[in-house]
Amino acid sequence: MTVTDFLRLDLPALLAAILACGSCGLLGSFLLLRRDSLLGDALSHAVLPGIIAGFAITGARAGLPMLLGALAAALLAVFLIGLVRRVARLESGAATGAVFTSFFALGLMLMEATGARSVDLDLDCVLFGQLESVVWLEAQGFGSLLDPVALAALPRQLFLLAAVAVVLAGLVALLWRPLHLLCFDPDYAAAIGLPARGLELALNLMVAAAAVAAFEAVGSILVVAMLVCPAAAIRLLTDSYRAQVLGGAALGAALGALGYALAGPLPAAFGQSFSLNAAGVIGTLGGVTVAGAMLLRQLRNASPKPAIISG
Amino acid sequence: MSQSTTTPAPLAITHLTVAYGDKTVLWDITWQAVPGLTAIVGPNGAGKSTLLRAALGLIPSIAGEARFFGRSLDEVRNRVGYLPQRASVDWDFPATALDVVCMSRYPRMRWWGRVPKAEREAARGALDQVGLADLADRQIGRLSGGQQQRVFLARALAQDADLYLMDEPFAAVDAATEQAIIAVLRRVVAAGRSVIAVHHDLSTVPSYFDQVLLLNGRAVAAGAVKSAFTPDAIARAYGGRLNVLEQAVAEGGLQ
Repeated sequence: MTVTDFLRLDLPALLAAILACGSCGLLGSFLLLRRDSLLGDALSHAVLPGIIAGFAITGARAGLPMLLGALAAALLAVFLIGLVRRVARLESGAATGAVFTSFFALGLMLMEATGARSVDLDLDCVLFGQLESVVWLEAQGFGSLLDPVALAALPRQLFLLAAVAVVLAGLVALLWRPLHLLCFDPDYAAAIGLPARGLELALNLMVAAAAVAAFEAVGSILVVAMLVCPAAAIRLLTDSYRAQVLGGAALGAALGALGYALAGPLPAAFGQSFSLNAAGVIGTLGGVTVAGAMLLRQLRNASPKPAIISG
Repeated sequence: MSQSTTTPAPLAITHLTVAYGDKTVLWDITWQAVPGLTAIVGPNGAGKSTLLRAALGLIPSIAGEARFFGRSLDEVRNRVGYLPQRASVDWDFPATALDVVCMSRYPRMRWWGRVPKAEREAARGALDQVGLADLADRQIGRLSGGQQQRVFLARALAQDADLYLMDEPFAAVDAATEQAIIAVLRRVVAAGRSVIAVHHDLSTVPSYFDQVLLLNGRAVAAGAVKSAFTPDAIARAYGGRLNVLEQAVAEGGLQ
């Protein structure tokens, strides 16, 4: 493989995987700590009708309208989940499940009806993403990394992913402490005058933004895996908030890179000529990581622990 | 009640009605707390926690209002401290005792960056008051139940409020912790602040508290423990649901 091949075919997809998985891994900790990981699942699916609507209105696969449509759909879904809980008096899991599956199904119908399928915004793309199609054909060698013209031709998913990742990282830093309290004790946050409802909404919108940016590249299944697995694995290994949140992001990004890197060589190592779907490998690694973290924790618990002093 | 013309009551509730769905939990509560140490007592499901939570605006009320020091809560938020039930949070959460106590000071600091030294010291001081200074850096899941309850107490104290609303500060703690907590509450009141606590144990009401509100969906009786906490009022609040021990307290424990 030449440098140019790497820059053209692998670098953009690798960056997309790292950014998508890192963003989801960053926010996954907050969902996990709020015992609300299902919401990540819900939002990553509920955004579909918004994405399709954004596409239908502009008639093109453009990042911003689809992102805005997705955020609107996510807002509506969050609002409806709350409404169903209150009016139908359903427990939160049932209300969440009912709303997001309806939204996802509606999105699939819209996909057929609007002709989005013809520009290959189809079910495969929705579920598994198109990591392999994130390519940079203008690359001519390392020099292209400094060439503004060539850089401008980088796939637009990368720009969206990078912008969303930067904004999310900034927001998490900005809301660092309120989010900590919101996850631990939302009632107390409200009682001492922090805008708990606003923070909750902000967190939900951040998850929706991460989901939709990652969605096109890696697909909804991997979005769910990356919102849950890195955070869950880290949760088993640390009692520090900082290590939890930053570790979740780092592990997500690492899984993205490793999974992408392994997708080609892994079958080759077994003498097979095909290459694996990168999203599939990344998702599988996520599950393996959680299992590994469980084992590590078991081993650690087997060794003596500081005694708990009573009183 | 006449003192409301001079100093506004720490907490004054008027015509408060709260329902969960179509089940009304609190009916038309009108009650004025006086400064000091007050217990809210009543059977399970009487709406004791609901009263505190509705007063703090954490759950919507159908009618009525709560005023703190004669003002709306938003105007005097930093004068009102809150101690939720210990069971309401996940104690496996990644936070140290000091982290949890610092949370009470979040409205006073920037949202990002390190916790300012002064705020950290205030939080350490609150932990010291409840005797947990040595455990400041321990993860909260590695504390005993009584220690966790004291962390919550320290968090409330660190709010440096003039009125503390406490939801079962003595729930599921051992006798030594209970004594430690009541000692802290007495110091708080001696410093001119007020505490209103949901309380479960009828037998300790006369020894711990100055004032009492007997609640059972409605306000059954309120006032100084000596005059309001009568066997008759207790029986009315608890209806037929008084158990043997509570019966014994209601009948003779006051004298």
